[in-house]
Amino acid sequence: MSTLTDLTLTAARDGLKAKDFSAQEIAQAHIDAIAAGNEALNAYVLQCPDVALTMAKAADKKLANGVAGSLEGVPLGIKDLFCTKDVRTTACSHILDGFTPTYESTITQQLWDAGAVMLGKLNCDEFAMGSSNETSYYGPVVSPWRREGSNAPLVPGGSSGGSAAAVAAKMCLAATATDTGGSIRQPAALTGLVGLKPTYGRCSRWGIVAFASSLDQAGPLTRSIQDSAIMLGVMAGYDPKDSTSVDVPVPDYEAALNGGVKGLKVGIPKEYRMEGMPEDIEKLWQKGIDWMKSEGAEIVDVSLPHTKYALPAYYIVAPAEASSNLARYDGVRYGLRVPGNDIIEQYENTRSTGFGDEVKRRVLIGTYVLSAGYYDAYYLKAQKVRTLIKQDFERVFEDVDVLLTPATPGPAFAIGEKSGDPLEMYLNDIFTVTANMSGLPGISVPAGLSGEGTPLGLQLISKAFDEEMLFRVGKVIEDAAGPMPGPNDWWSVS
Amino acid sequence: MKIDDATVHNIAHLARIKVDDVQVKTLEGELNDILQWVEQLNEVDTQGIAPMTCVTDMRPKMRADEITDGGYPEDIVKNAPEYTGTFFVVPKVVE
Repeated sequence: MSTLTDLTLTAARDGLKAKDFSAQEIAQAHIDAIAAGNEALNAYVLQCPDVALTMAKAADKKLANGVAGSLEGVPLGIKDLFCTKDVRTTACSHILDGFTPTYESTITQQLWDAGAVMLGKLNCDEFAMGSSNETSYYGPVVSPWRREGSNAPLVPGGSSGGSAAAVAAKMCLAATATDTGGSIRQPAALTGLVGLKPTYGRCSRWGIVAFASSLDQAGPLTRSIQDSAIMLGVMAGYDPKDSTSVDVPVPDYEAALNGGVKGLKVGIPKEYRMEGMPEDIEKLWQKGIDWMKSEGAEIVDVSLPHTKYALPAYYIVAPAEASSNLARYDGVRYGLRVPGNDIIEQYENTRSTGFGDEVKRRVLIGTYVLSAGYYDAYYLKAQKVRTLIKQDFERVFEDVDVLLTPATPGPAFAIGEKSGDPLEMYLNDIFTVTANMSGLPGISVPAGLSGEGTPLGLQLISKAFDEEMLFRVGKVIEDAAGPMPGPNDWWSVS
Repeated sequence: MKIDDATVHNIAHLARIKVDDVQVKTLEGELNDILQWVEQLNEVDTQGIAPMTCVTDMRPKMRADEITDGGYPEDIVKNAPEYTGTFFVVPKVVE
């Protein structure tokens, strides 16, 4: 039965439709894999085997009756940022202790309506604030990947580290994730997965715990480009409950996969060639460029002059929005309450106990940059820089179809290696944050291994609402890179 | 702009997060490091540039002004640390 967890989502979907195996069988195979491996990886913060088997049983009935949805019987993991009805949702924060939503997020509802099966809730950085999944109240996630010849536990990246570890370790066929500054693409790169951040507004944010509302966007983590296209097809769409979701038709993403890159113009932004860039990353990028050329694309050198300001501007805008969004956690309506002598002290005690260090840092920075006298100097300035970043992209996309860049400045690092210095951790998002600041879609595609034997990814960025371009070009990278080795299973206990 | 411990105390109070003197010292260092780093934005000439208000170019959709949701106060209080009937319970605010 263990081979059922090795399938891609595409193969599993087709196998279920062909009745090669049942939804209950493939759900059980994943439940067993989670039971055997989760203690070592800490990818799931809540396992829902009963929910999964109930949903799988219903899926089998639909498959038998020929009324199956597009994801009928496909077992998924859900990042703990998505509200799931009657299933605990905490954003991996102490302050949401025991919170059990009475409603379902739009995206997960769309997945269940299509027949998908929920295996459980996946670990992440607290309120999605982090790049290594070390800020979770439930403890760090351990990557299934290790450096060659070493047992040192590595980070899976973050904030969607539980999602990445679970998909890479075959504890689900695919997972939902969210990306505010790189939280889908960076962990995808570090664990050898395909991670897609759609255009801002492509997917509904309703029912997802908010971090920075003008930057947050949900997307899938998968083991192949086609899996990603299938997932986005179900996750995307206009939602009247999210006023920032955009009412444009959802194309057939699977149909876009095999367009190739012949005749396309692929932009190489010179500002992404950072000083001190590791040789591994440099080589990987060049390999990507060579693949594009040999498949018939034209390489165009382009300039995005404000690139280096995206990350500092992000660390004003994102904390500002977070300080506002997280004001709701006050110990009154849900989650943790720590009493005090009066209501103010109760707020202060609750938030001091309930938030972890990184969340506190960001709420305080956000409060400061929005406070009287500093708003113009910081927040307004950052929003103006953001306009310039977006204009850079608009100018470049007059000449090219897609941009090719590295996804991360380096391979996975060890747990604890960077957690002492907030600024050093922030630099992980240097290549991904520009797409959030400008609302553009980006995808990380596995493209090779580092000298340490751990995965590296290339990033593609396209015009707004042109995710088809990302799949089309991503498929060429996937094919050129060939079958990638997965991590050796050291985490399962029988 | 450098922030001192009094400023940290003040913003922590504005953010309703209790901090002790040891935490204030740590935060003072960390917040100054971050603020110093973001100050590189001052290099950018933003004269005449409009601040971004919406990242996509879409106009928000209008909808009819009618009630489409609600009527389930039991669900609303269900996750509260303390409630009575369909009311949240908080410490006394007005003497």
